[in-house]
Amino acid sequence: MPCQLLRFLSGSKCLRCLFVGMLLLAPLWLLTGCGAPQTPAAGEGPNPAQTIENKGSDTLVNLALAWAEAYMALHPEVRISVTGGGSGTGIAAMINGTVDIANASRAMKPEEIAAAEANGITPVEFVVARDAIAVVVHPSNPVDKLTLQQISDIYTGKITNWSQVGGENRPIVLLSRESNSGTYVYFLENVIRLGDKESDLLFSPDTLLMPSSEGISAEVRQNPNAIGYDGLGYVTDDQKVIAVARDASAPYVLPSIDTVNDGSYPISRPLYMYTAGEPVGVVKAYLDWILSEGQGLVSELGFVPLAAEE
Amino acid sequence: MAESRLPDRATKSLAMSRPGHFRFTEFAIEALIRVLGFSSIGFVLLIFLFLLREGVPVFFEVPLRDLFGTRWYPTFDLFGTLPLILGSLLVTVTAILIALPLGVATAVFVREVAPNWAREILKPMIEVLAGIPSVVLGFFGMTMIAPLIREVLGAPTGLTAFTGAVILAYMSLPTIISVAEDALDAVPKGYRDAALAMGATQWQTIWRVVVPAARSGIVMAVMLGMGRAIGETMAVMMVTGNAARMPLTLDSLFRPVRTMTATVAAEMGEVAQGSVHYHALFGIGIILFVMTFIINLVAATTIFKRRRRGGLR
Repeated sequence: MPCQLLRFLSGSKCLRCLFVGMLLLAPLWLLTGCGAPQTPAAGEGPNPAQTIENKGSDTLVNLALAWAEAYMALHPEVRISVTGGGSGTGIAAMINGTVDIANASRAMKPEEIAAAEANGITPVEFVVARDAIAVVVHPSNPVDKLTLQQISDIYTGKITNWSQVGGENRPIVLLSRESNSGTYVYFLENVIRLGDKESDLLFSPDTLLMPSSEGISAEVRQNPNAIGYDGLGYVTDDQKVIAVARDASAPYVLPSIDTVNDGSYPISRPLYMYTAGEPVGVVKAYLDWILSEGQGLVSELGFVPLAAEE
Repeated sequence: MAESRLPDRATKSLAMSRPGHFRFTEFAIEALIRVLGFSSIGFVLLIFLFLLREGVPVFFEVPLRDLFGTRWYPTFDLFGTLPLILGSLLVTVTAILIALPLGVATAVFVREVAPNWAREILKPMIEVLAGIPSVVLGFFGMTMIAPLIREVLGAPTGLTAFTGAVILAYMSLPTIISVAEDALDAVPKGYRDAALAMGATQWQTIWRVVVPAARSGIVMAVMLGMGRAIGETMAVMMVTGNAARMPLTLDSLFRPVRTMTATVAAEMGEVAQGSVHYHALFGIGIILFVMTFIINLVAATTIFKRRRRGGLR
């Protein structure tokens, strides 16, 4: 019965036109289909060194873009493509050999290094800048300073009301980046667990995990109950930055380029770039430039340049 | 029956008018369609096999008790999927509770009450509703509905299960309306005539005769809407807050939740391939697949029953 139905259908003129059209279009589709994968192969073939693929941390993506643009202006023969996606994504891509440089806001995990070595790759680490994590609240929130211990208690759910840390009688809404973000891991290890490797404290299950920095800033702007954290480079003027003290006796310090450089602001971290093996050719030239002249761009984007510290 | 009579007659007349080369074209096209038809079934099977291959290991790597535990901290090897499953269910069921009365009422209005010209305008408008990208709805929910819910209901944050449910209800409305409308359309005119002839008002006819007669179609509409809602990702990820807490207390509806789809979408990009976490995300995919499969199965059984009983009840 279905066959007869098909015969009936194929007899109709309009449908036959459609089929003929489809048959005519099919080779075109196949051509484009086959064409697509050839493009990157062609890029690698004749002049492999001229294209640098750069992927990874969303924290680093704006800085990496600024570097890439500045470097391409100086060296028009080099093409650098920068994509975000997260530290893990970038490192995985570097291990799989699809990118030349992986950006990461955390050091590679032992299992990632093992995976790279299993793939015949020795990752090489470069610290390219420093980042400070700012703790932010709604501008109307009277709380303006917290100790690391208080922030830890807030994020583990021990402190649930702003009045417990000198604010109004309001519930605290916890905001965090997604668990795959390098910022999440860094904040957990260095703020919630206070750098204690033995600690097994976790984010409270009530923590809202926001898929992007923008998600955090949008909620902090709107919600007087909210507390969030994010890279200093992403804090906008309409959020209030909290001054942080290492402990109750230490001074409260606002994050700035100076306080991160002199080490007085307690929540800061290095930002990394990884290459598969010692970099050569264009990639090496690019990294050398980043570590020297490129540092001039770092502070413009709200991060902290290396040179000042080393 | 009707199907088989029609092609017979058609092929005979066509074969008579065009003898000879028509046979080959016919054969080629028939073969092409057959390949295309089977390939789509093949793709579904391959996808399912892939899902199984990537996801089943988690059921061996993580003890079942932990897998259905209450703590989802994948970075620290805690893979309790229960908060995610309950989160998905809470959001979906609430969405359907909101969308069902709205959808059925709209369908009844469009089919039974609205004058012809209004129907001509309303139907395409409802179709357009289905075409709004979910990101746009998510953004709308994040910036408009969430602050409203926080201020009006006094919840600590506007990113709640309820916000997600409102957005999902809105997204499943077009499906519910069009399927429910078809079901109402399938109720024979004789039913309405008979009811009206017996002195029933229009409202009584609709509420006591037409809607009950289209009941199975409406159930199907709800099931399909539910299938759409439970699988939705982007909008839900943007407005539900994504906190993997157990939604057990009474106020959970107005607290953040984390759904299965949002979890997979948010974490898949970062996960190391072949790790336990990777398998766990595919495991969630399997659980989700089984749940939607059951929903679709229920919907399909309802359609089947309706066919058997001649389009009614």
